[in-house]
Amino acid sequence: MSQEHSSTEVQPLPSDLLTINIGPAHPATHGTLRLQVQLDGETIVNAGAEIGYLHRGFEKQAEACQYQLVIPYTERLNYMGPVHNSNAWCYACEQLLGIEAPARAVALRVITSELARIIDHAVCIGTNLVDMGALTNFWYMYNYREKIYDLMEELTGARMMVNYPRIGGVSLDAPEGWLESVRRVMDDLAEVLGEVQGLVSRNRIFMDRTQGVGVITRELAIQHSVTGPCARAAGVNWDLRKAQPYWGYEKYSFEVPIEQAGDTYARTMVRFREMEESRKIILQAIDSIPGGPVMVTDHLYTLPPKDKVYNTMEGLINHFKLVMHGIRPPRAELYSATEGGNGELGYYIVSDGGPNAWRLRIRPPCFANYSVFPKIITGQLVADAVAALGSINIIAGELDR
Amino acid sequence: MMTEADVAARVQEHFGTAVLDTYTFRGQCSVTVAPGSLRAVLMFLRDQLGFEWLMDVGGVDYLGYDERDWRFEVVYQMLSMANNVRFRVKVAVADESTEVPTVYDLWAIANWEEREVWDMYGIVFTGHPNLRRILCHDEFVGHALRKDYPITRRQKLSAPSENILCETSDIA
Amino acid sequence: MGLESHVSQPFLATRLDEVISWGRKYSMWPMPFGTACCAIEFMGVVSSRFDISRFGAELVRFSPRQADLLLVMGTITQKQAPVLKQIYDQMPNPKWVLSMGACASTGGFYDNYTTVQGIDEIIPVDVYVAGCPPRPENVIGAVVKIMEKIDREKAADWR
Repeated sequence: MSQEHSSTEVQPLPSDLLTINIGPAHPATHGTLRLQVQLDGETIVNAGAEIGYLHRGFEKQAEACQYQLVIPYTERLNYMGPVHNSNAWCYACEQLLGIEAPARAVALRVITSELARIIDHAVCIGTNLVDMGALTNFWYMYNYREKIYDLMEELTGARMMVNYPRIGGVSLDAPEGWLESVRRVMDDLAEVLGEVQGLVSRNRIFMDRTQGVGVITRELAIQHSVTGPCARAAGVNWDLRKAQPYWGYEKYSFEVPIEQAGDTYARTMVRFREMEESRKIILQAIDSIPGGPVMVTDHLYTLPPKDKVYNTMEGLINHFKLVMHGIRPPRAELYSATEGGNGELGYYIVSDGGPNAWRLRIRPPCFANYSVFPKIITGQLVADAVAALGSINIIAGELDR
Repeated sequence: MMTEADVAARVQEHFGTAVLDTYTFRGQCSVTVAPGSLRAVLMFLRDQLGFEWLMDVGGVDYLGYDERDWRFEVVYQMLSMANNVRFRVKVAVADESTEVPTVYDLWAIANWEEREVWDMYGIVFTGHPNLRRILCHDEFVGHALRKDYPITRRQKLSAPSENILCETSDIA
Repeated sequence: MGLESHVSQPFLATRLDEVISWGRKYSMWPMPFGTACCAIEFMGVVSSRFDISRFGAELVRFSPRQADLLLVMGTITQKQAPVLKQIYDQMPNPKWVLSMGACASTGGFYDNYTTVQGIDEIIPVDVYVAGCPPRPENVIGAVVKIMEKIDREKAADWR
């Protein structure tokens, strides 16, 4: 370098901000999210999110359907772990009606909901790791997911959208040997988790890509009502299964995994441990499952048995009235919350006493969880935004409804 | 151990006639207030009674439901983790020309939630920094969840919106 | 025929359109336009149990300019419709469209203000797959249907 050059002041190159769109059809968004970011080099200086690309009019549709017809719609809100949504919806309706599902049905709900949580976390972790280049884990997790889908198929006849619960219980009892199959699949979980965790937990690349990335602090979580694994990764010790137990969760011994860092790494670790806790709950539920019916026998709310329908006039009229005129809850309003895979899933029902809800407002966990996203990626790299997005596990069906 | 009824009693005691209505069903309580006292009530709940969390904001259209004096309600679902209790605050909105004060500065989540209520019901939130549609597209006319909006009235979109960035990501 | 005496290497005689169709059908590059539930089921189609690579269509491209098979998976809303149209227009010819699931094919049970009642209102569709969501075998069956369709294409059909 000549003398002349070193004496002149080094001027940084002028850098204009570059605005780019990520989505709504982008592989890393796993759905239909749209993000617009302003970049200075590779650093995000400003971010904006637009949602609504999967707004399917669930709430309007639910106002036009009888209570029991809303069950399939609720499942399609969360396609990662569908059966929890419908379980929770039937539970909300039961609260409104003032009835209780039989103990065996409740235990089956616990088992299916926890299976749903395991699938949810498996898909979330698997796809998040794909975004960071770790494709092997995706195969491991998806293989395991297929095993759970087989269980669902055996129980309900469908793989994904199972339409399993009913208001007042569940549609079908577990087939013979099903609970033992669940137990076997649960035994495999430790192996899968061991393999995946062995590949990522102490992996230098994974840790560098996730630690300190996309941090949701406790304060931010409160400001944005972030719940579920994302909040627990930020030190919020809150799980509705513990705090406000439903479906007899107080009977089961399990822990609520908590991390303090609030970053992508912490969220992934919380999800790993939650899968482990779900396994514990499922095994306890299998051990303690009582016998008996799986549907309420009060035929004001549930369909009468088929031999009554076909052989007696009263049974036929009962069936007809329920199908054509629906279930009629009291004129009231009620908010029912359960712990979904990604946080608090709430149903706020306003009933006018008719067979359709006057207003059904769903409180989806993902809406709140995603609202924080533009904030946590500002100041980070685009690649980090992708890693953070996967770990928050945004499900567009719930986000946009 | 605080129950929802205790909370309702405390709110009523503190605000007196500002509480237009109270409601109890299966242990769940709520109060209805006028838009003018909404912020005071929510701040009282947050600062005095430990309701740190605003879980949800949603609208309801009561057109033809009963004889009440207002058409809409905006419903705020509150949660106190410290006391493990929930509470519901409802704002009576007489018609679409009545404005509700924003609570976006108290809880950041209210930003998106209020946008959704505006999108679906057309209720205006005074002081909201970015009150535009969130779920429906920009060319949508009317408010979809109102009872007088027909469920199958479809509206086509000609082109996606170009710019969705705000001044800062604080209000994105 | 006596050709052997003119050409020293072994060779095969066929029609040009047949050999091109043969090449096209076994190396489809899908562009997944996944919006909802069906997209999750498509991941199942790709992963090891069902494995779409047995049919040569595993090279998933996320850029429409590199793909010849558009898989529309999930509900298309009015807000999404212009995006889908734009992506279809960006794909080079020849291209095929697979509409996966009830929502993409007909709007499904979402008959309301926001959903498009079938993507054929926006773009042409080659194969519809029923189901909500369809089983992975169903999707593979639809890919095979598209292969058969490609097989039937003659040079006169080329776009």
